[in-house]
Amino acid sequence: MMRRLILSIMLAASSAAIAVQPDEQLDDSALEARAREISRDIRCVVCQSENIDDSNAPLARDLRLLVRERLLEGDSDKEATDFLVARYGDYVLLKPRVQTNTLLLWGAPLIAAVAAAAGLLAALDGAKRRKKAPKALTDEEVEALNRLT
Amino acid sequence: MKRLVFLMPVLLFLALAFWFAKGLSRDPRYIPSMLIDRPAPDFVLPPIAGPMEGLSSSDFQGQVSMLNIFGSWCASCEIEHPVLMAIAREGVAPIYGLNWKDAPGAGAEWLRGRGDPYAKIGDDAAGRVAIDFGVTGAPETFIIDAAGRVRHKHVGPVTMDEWRHVLKPMIEDLNDAPLDP
Repeated sequence: MMRRLILSIMLAASSAAIAVQPDEQLDDSALEARAREISRDIRCVVCQSENIDDSNAPLARDLRLLVRERLLEGDSDKEATDFLVARYGDYVLLKPRVQTNTLLLWGAPLIAAVAAAAGLLAALDGAKRRKKAPKALTDEEVEALNRLT
Repeated sequence: MKRLVFLMPVLLFLALAFWFAKGLSRDPRYIPSMLIDRPAPDFVLPPIAGPMEGLSSSDFQGQVSMLNIFGSWCASCEIEHPVLMAIAREGVAPIYGLNWKDAPGAGAEWLRGRGDPYAKIGDDAAGRVAIDFGVTGAPETFIIDAAGRVRHKHVGPVTMDEWRHVLKPMIEDLNDAPLDP
């Protein structure tokens, strides 16, 4: 029982197996860190819910090596990413860029917020107006009132 | 007018539901090729075995051709192979092969027992040319026009049905069409 408990705690505490193999890593730790950063935002085209940094697919490994190669050749982060986008399309980006065909995607929260605010203001305004100006009494009602008092 | 305002959320919901339902019917594995109507990437690849010819992008010039990505490790290629043999026998267009990420000699060995449908084969052991083509898995088949531009990409094994109804008519159209610059 105790053993199992310890084992399960150890398993829970350990991180997922790392896909990046030692032989892929760059000696320059700053470049390696940049490569990891870029890889985390690149979708694996084989197993599509993973990024290439997490994926064990051979093609993901090739793409990781390619990213490192581009960085060694002096590419900026954006240039290295663009290199992959030129081959696999915007599809490889896990975080879509802001561009004409993603404006609606990025703008949707703003549009929803503005629409909600406009709806709320209109509702509040309507409520206020109803409260401020109660309907005037009709002639018959005035007469009925007079008769009572 | 008042009623319309109350109907708005319902209408909005219906519009969104319809839109998303349409999205669900799309294949998430389908990745559109970046190369369509663009020149095939430049490359020069060695042959997979000594006496054979290698493959380079200049081979795409002058006639409509197909480029098939395959590997001896690829199970679907095994299924596709007899279809490629039949297509090669029809002689409509040459099939070029890209032997993707295979061990040295493995591609040639694989073809020895099964027959060789390819006009020329390039050995892409490092897989770099395949990445330039935006390949996501084997097999994949590209149709390349006589000017060396990629016109179509087929993902997965080509079936006889696909060949007869899609690929072959496309190649025949490209053969008939005058080359626009």
